[in-house]
Amino acid sequence: MKKIITLNVNGNDYEIAVRDNRTLLEAIREECNFTGTKQGCDVGDCGSCMVLIDDIPIQSCLTLAVSSQGKKIVTVEGLAKNGEPHPVQKAFDDCGGAQCGFCTPGFLITSKNLLDQNTNPSVDEIKDALSGNLCRCTGYTKIIEAVQVASKALN
Amino acid sequence: MTKKQKYSVIGKRVPKIEGLDKVTGHAIFVDDMKLPRMVYAKILRSPHPHALIKNIDTSKAEAHPGVLAVMTGKELPIKYGILPSSQDENALAIDKVRYVGDEVAAVAAIDEETAEEALELIEVDYEVLPPVLSIEDALREDLPMLHENPRRVNNLAKKINLDFGEVDKGMEEADYVLEEDYLFEANTHVPLETHGAIGDWAPDGRVTVWSSTQTPHYLHREMAKVFEIPRSHVRIIKPHIGSGFGGKSEPFALEFCVAWLSKKCGRPVKLIYTREEVFYAYRGRHAMKMWLKVGVKKDGSITAIDYKSWLDGGGYGSYGIVTTYYSGQFLTLPYKVPNFRFEAQRLYTNKPAAGPKRGHGSVQPRFAIEAHLDKIAEHLGLDPVEVRIKNSVEANTMTVNSLRITSCGFVEACEQAAEKLDWKDKFGKLPYGKGVGFAGSTYISGAGKPIYWNDMPHSGVVTKIDRGGGVAVFCGASDIGQGSDSMLAYVTAEILGVRPIDVRVCQTDTDLTPVDMGSYSSRVTFMAGNAAIDAAEKLKKLLLDVASEHLKVPEEDLELADNEIFSIKDASICMDFIDCVVLAETKHGTLSAPGSYTPPKLGGDYKGAGAGPSPAYSFTTAAAEVDVDVETGEIKVHNLVTAHDCGKALNPIICEGQVDGSAYMGFGEAVLEVQRITKKGLFWTPSLLEYKIPTIYDTPELNSILVESDDPEGPFGAKESGEGPLAPSIPAIVNAVYDAIGVRINEVPITPERVLRAIEEKKKADALALKNGHTNGTHTNGKTEKKVETKV
Repeated sequence: MKKIITLNVNGNDYEIAVRDNRTLLEAIREECNFTGTKQGCDVGDCGSCMVLIDDIPIQSCLTLAVSSQGKKIVTVEGLAKNGEPHPVQKAFDDCGGAQCGFCTPGFLITSKNLLDQNTNPSVDEIKDALSGNLCRCTGYTKIIEAVQVASKALN
Repeated sequence: MTKKQKYSVIGKRVPKIEGLDKVTGHAIFVDDMKLPRMVYAKILRSPHPHALIKNIDTSKAEAHPGVLAVMTGKELPIKYGILPSSQDENALAIDKVRYVGDEVAAVAAIDEETAEEALELIEVDYEVLPPVLSIEDALREDLPMLHENPRRVNNLAKKINLDFGEVDKGMEEADYVLEEDYLFEANTHVPLETHGAIGDWAPDGRVTVWSSTQTPHYLHREMAKVFEIPRSHVRIIKPHIGSGFGGKSEPFALEFCVAWLSKKCGRPVKLIYTREEVFYAYRGRHAMKMWLKVGVKKDGSITAIDYKSWLDGGGYGSYGIVTTYYSGQFLTLPYKVPNFRFEAQRLYTNKPAAGPKRGHGSVQPRFAIEAHLDKIAEHLGLDPVEVRIKNSVEANTMTVNSLRITSCGFVEACEQAAEKLDWKDKFGKLPYGKGVGFAGSTYISGAGKPIYWNDMPHSGVVTKIDRGGGVAVFCGASDIGQGSDSMLAYVTAEILGVRPIDVRVCQTDTDLTPVDMGSYSSRVTFMAGNAAIDAAEKLKKLLLDVASEHLKVPEEDLELADNEIFSIKDASICMDFIDCVVLAETKHGTLSAPGSYTPPKLGGDYKGAGAGPSPAYSFTTAAAEVDVDVETGEIKVHNLVTAHDCGKALNPIICEGQVDGSAYMGFGEAVLEVQRITKKGLFWTPSLLEYKIPTIYDTPELNSILVESDDPEGPFGAKESGEGPLAPSIPAIVNAVYDAIGVRINEVPITPERVLRAIEEKKKADALALKNGHTNGTHTNGKTEKKVETKV
């Protein structure tokens, strides 16, 4: 049996019909059409599906859609403001922080959240924040550099 | 190609052309696509490693509500395979399954859940056979054969014997000969995006497949063959791909299934592999046993190499014949080897098929030879870096197995990596538990021969210029995240004097883009880059023709840059790019030009000479610094320096990213990653939680150095940088462990268990030697031996 629920994604309400067992990842990709959030493992190991739920980065593959009602969900598509990419998005682009780009949305969500709380993180603090995100292309070097560049841009 | 004094695009640190798409969620991957009327597929897989299929009953699945089509292997009896000489796969198994996970049936349904329910209703009657689960099993003559072959007595898939120079004589002339066994265990690619495909069989009988493939051209070929339809009726489109590393470089069951199920149900069909299915689709690094014997003079110069390898191939051929050749052929580089002999055997086993992973076939023997050289250097009392420099091949030479070396920056790479790590101050001088290690390697910039031998170009490009000034590049090269589309834009923009953002690169679409062989063997920058240059130069000629007339300046005095054409003698004599394009189209007609790249004739005159030659070789060195915890056996790699001769960095950011990523992956293979199989043929670690790819915490500080040797045939001097830098990181770490604690470990990965066992064995050997009053013959430098003694 499907239920009608309302999800607030990137500032807009979406009224959608989902089964109880539908994950938030499936709902935002399939029902709300925000396909920027990626499914890399579907069991919470890789972090490619990270979204912000009330400003906390959470794996959307481990979150049920029905339990996400009434919360503010932000995906990678919601990071830009007034058509301008968020400084962390720009930094990932400038520094080569995205190679294949599949894990990138998850890294951006986690990095943005880190920079919201800590405008000048150390390398260790960056590693702490990003330790739940797996990247297989970059060796993380240019991702760390991108977060540092974004931090400078924000200050 | 004329050389500019100063490049305006090449060598610049600029973002990738699709970079903003990837950081905003705008980039479209296969799973992001939804076609009207689309339905979903799932595959039923074998629970047995080895079994005959007696019967498959799909009637209940077909009757299940929401199911639109069910297919089994009998419907597609034509075999395929990436290599013409090992066509041993079917879209779905027909009468036999050869590994746990082998594909047996597929279902299309209105959603994934319904498809999964239907899989449960398919009844398969298996006759279980004894499994062949190791190289030793495969060599036995009393176990069933995976692939019936009257010429074989066991599960041998391929055997190679090659002999160059006079190895026995070379060994006799040596002052020191070292002979040892090595083991490299299996590991896998783990692209973050799982394999995915959408098939749409149109009413007119033509089929389109969107796939996350590294090799659209070969998928194109194989689909037409299996479906028995003209190749002109098959269209392969490659959207953005979430990386591959060799794991997506041949046709997979899913592509055949989505197309065939689409034909059967008249709807577009999507199939996305789960993470577990990707582990079982495998094609990962071959487990390899190796025996290596090297002779050297007192000064460290190599007199001969004798080598044998046994490759655990899994259930199917894949690229295995090439892997088998590659397991030996590159041992004549980057060091001068006057005499070389190798015997290699690939065996079939009831495991998922092994295939090409980054550094294809060359990574395992590279570990062996570099660990070996470290031992030799120690025995001779020489510095490991000096031994490597002494033996380095030189530019414009030929190896004993006829590999042609053009540019070579290996010595520079040795010097720069050593300097960056403070090698001289650290080697043999760090306290017990800390150490440094060094290694070198080489890799091809594309294979000299295509998979299907012919004399046609390896890469084709068509470039057109719109009268509005837009430049479009059409090329079948497959950007998998390494930046090949950006590379095409950079070389084209440089020659035509526009900005990369003005160049639109059409993603691979076999209906639109000329053939490129695909993203494997690190071939794209060299081959597609040269083809793009060829096309752009033809267009440039047309532009210069009209610009010369218009500006009244001889063509040789004109230059194109920053969207202008101007006189190099007086830059005020100039015109806009667009104005020039209008004049050129008016005079010459539609502005479009093809470009091609075909490698020169390469390789020797012997059977197997086609595997190994490349138009250019990259050279890499790695220097690692480690801490070893002798209580837990844990290895912590602090610093991994990789110096890579890429010929010319067309965009240093992208090249550094490739070197970083390769070094990272090699680090994972050295200490963390291994894919073993249970007695029942199941993987021990088929998930991202269990299979340990390095996290941001695990990964060492990576210091990537680019060395530019300016290859005479590379595009703007470039060579590969995507694969070669992986190999030396593994032996560099292995050698550093020895420098730290004085134990040699000949098995990769160097797990904590292996470290502890090696320490234990060394203690026993040392105690025995002390009791007998002589040294035990193992080579340990004074520092570590003394430290171990104090520890004991």
